Amino acid sequence: MKILVPVKRVIDPNVKVRLKNDGSGVDLDNVKMSINPFDEIAVEEAVRLKEAGEASEVIAVSCGGHVCQETLRSALALGADRAIQVETDCDLQPLAVAKLLKAVVISESASLVICGKQAIDDDAGQVGQMLAALLGWPQATFASNVAISEGLAKVMREIDDGVETLEMRLPALITTDLRLNEPRYASLPNIMKAKKKPLEVVAAADLGVDISPRLTVLKVTEPATRKAGILVEDVTQLLDKLKNEAKVI
Amino acid sequence: MTILVIAEHDNASLKASTFNTVAAAINLGSDIHVLVAGSDCASVATAAARLDGVQKVLIADAPHHEAQLAENLTALVVSIASDYSHILAPASSLGKSALPRVAALLDVAPISEIVGIESPDTFIRPTYAGNVLVTVRSADVLKVITVRATAFNAVDTSGSAAIEAISAGTDVGLSSLIGRELNKSERPELGGAKVVVSGGRGLGSSEDYQRLLEPLADQLGAALGASRAAVDAGYAPNDCQVGQTGKIVAPQLYIAIGVSGAIQHLAGMKDSKVIVAINKDSEAPIFQVADYGLVADLFDAVPMLTDALHSGN
Ligand SMILES: Cc1cc2nc3c(=O)[nH]c(=O)nc-3n(C[C@H](O)[C@H](O)[C@H](O)COP(=O)(O)OP(=O)(O)OC[C@H]3O[C@@H](n4cnc5c(N)ncnc54)[C@H](O)[C@@H]3O)c2cc1C
Repeated sequence: MKILVPVKRVIDPNVKVRLKNDGSGVDLDNVKMSINPFDEIAVEEAVRLKEAGEASEVIAVSCGGHVCQETLRSALALGADRAIQVETDCDLQPLAVAKLLKAVVISESASLVICGKQAIDDDAGQVGQMLAALLGWPQATFASNVAISEGLAKVMREIDDGVETLEMRLPALITTDLRLNEPRYASLPNIMKAKKKPLEVVAAADLGVDISPRLTVLKVTEPATRKAGILVEDVTQLLDKLKNEAKVI
Repeated sequence: MTILVIAEHDNASLKASTFNTVAAAINLGSDIHVLVAGSDCASVATAAARLDGVQKVLIADAPHHEAQLAENLTALVVSIASDYSHILAPASSLGKSALPRVAALLDVAPISEIVGIESPDTFIRPTYAGNVLVTVRSADVLKVITVRATAFNAVDTSGSAAIEAISAGTDVGLSSLIGRELNKSERPELGGAKVVVSGGRGLGSSEDYQRLLEPLADQLGAALGASRAAVDAGYAPNDCQVGQTGKIVAPQLYIAIGVSGAIQHLAGMKDSKVIVAINKDSEAPIFQVADYGLVADLFDAVPMLTDALHSGN
């Protein structure tokens, strides 16, 4: 069984995001970039399934420009076997990514896709579900536990008021939540090894899908920032303020 | 232009986020239908019919909708989509799971978790953990949208819409629910609570999280929340997590206790009306957004606060 893991290059979660001076978008110049944390969890889960003998190969895929190769190397260093970059300089929106990934899933005959539940830049949380729909596959979003045996996936997922477990027959798609696993650190030897693992570049144009954007960004702004309030001396003053100034209790 | 709102419910009662989503729909047009897909869910349809602004409630009542699997809900919504200009659902675990599926099958780019509506094709949504707001215009004929409940004030319930049964479609049979553990609580629902008492890693253990925060929440009639660190450490269940990747809350009063205020946490609570922070580190970033900060050891301050509320001082 082949597992495909889509990975996205995003601003590192520890970086404070700033807008460009002209307000046209987020400033990405000289900003630290990383693999999307949820995708890292997805790679880890796929690698664990392979280590447990449930999968034959883990393939990381990233769609975008040449810089995505860096992200793919991170996935390879975590244990993915090989990587595919779907190359395009187009502004890719989630629907387009789902269509590109569908083409790769089919050409690779993957029977499981594990992806992050959202990318921490756009916070859209759409690609996995759209890919599952386009493939006609079942999905389990927000996974916190995955068990696979004999072509059957049991996935525990975090929902608004607790957890639930879904059962699906493969092929299927899973999106990862934070508590699914704790990704390993890539060791230096594995980072070196990753440089030699196969990385294939496929032109998006050759996959024959429409990737033109459907959404036009009209404006990018920073929300009004909250001003820091005051420090109170003690609990008595706090209660007084909440009762008589803020009037919330 | 008719707008379809997908109701959030548990087959027995209608969830509050539906009230907010209908409120968002009112900004788009006046012909609003609500879809209730479930099993033995007539009481939900009755409740939905009372929402102000709703013209018609469609009920699809069948056993295969009981578990509210994304695949079955998607098939149903796609089957009626051609009647609508917009399809809206709360940005709940169900809405987030099903609507992108719906959109993909209809070849539409979905728009996630909107917080504002500029016009019927232009929407505002947060990105980067709420640090960047993006205004987007959709070129699709049909708009498929999830709505952040806290950004729209709930509608009232003085309406009396017609209820119409529709074909529930067939069970697509792609997945099945084999277990569900809900965290039952007498407390208000976190997403809609007026007061939220939230605990972080500073609580140190699940015993202390409960021992200190529950009596305080009792005094305030509050919902309990938590940071990711507190949930990861097992102090609180996953559905209590507030933040970029947890729940979004905007109560009248949010009390953050032993929470440092990482951007991912702030993303989930910075629209609260009044924020209180109790933290022993005066440099903690949470103080930059708090209206009232108390630099103190929470193990002293929280019991004092609870006692003072209890004795009415
Ligand atoms: C992809 C991603 C998604 C994330 N999503 C979320 C999310 O949705 N929600 C979320 O909350 N986090 C999220 N995080 C994690 C976030 O970055 C922080 O790690 C987390 O919020 C920290 O939780 P905390 O404030 O409880 O813990 P800490 O940062 O460890 O803070 C504990 C605080 O308690 C204080 N304290 C300790 N002892 C006491 C005491 N006795 N009295 C008073 N104060 C005390 C300390 O001074 C400190 O400020 C995410 C991270 C990533 C990478």
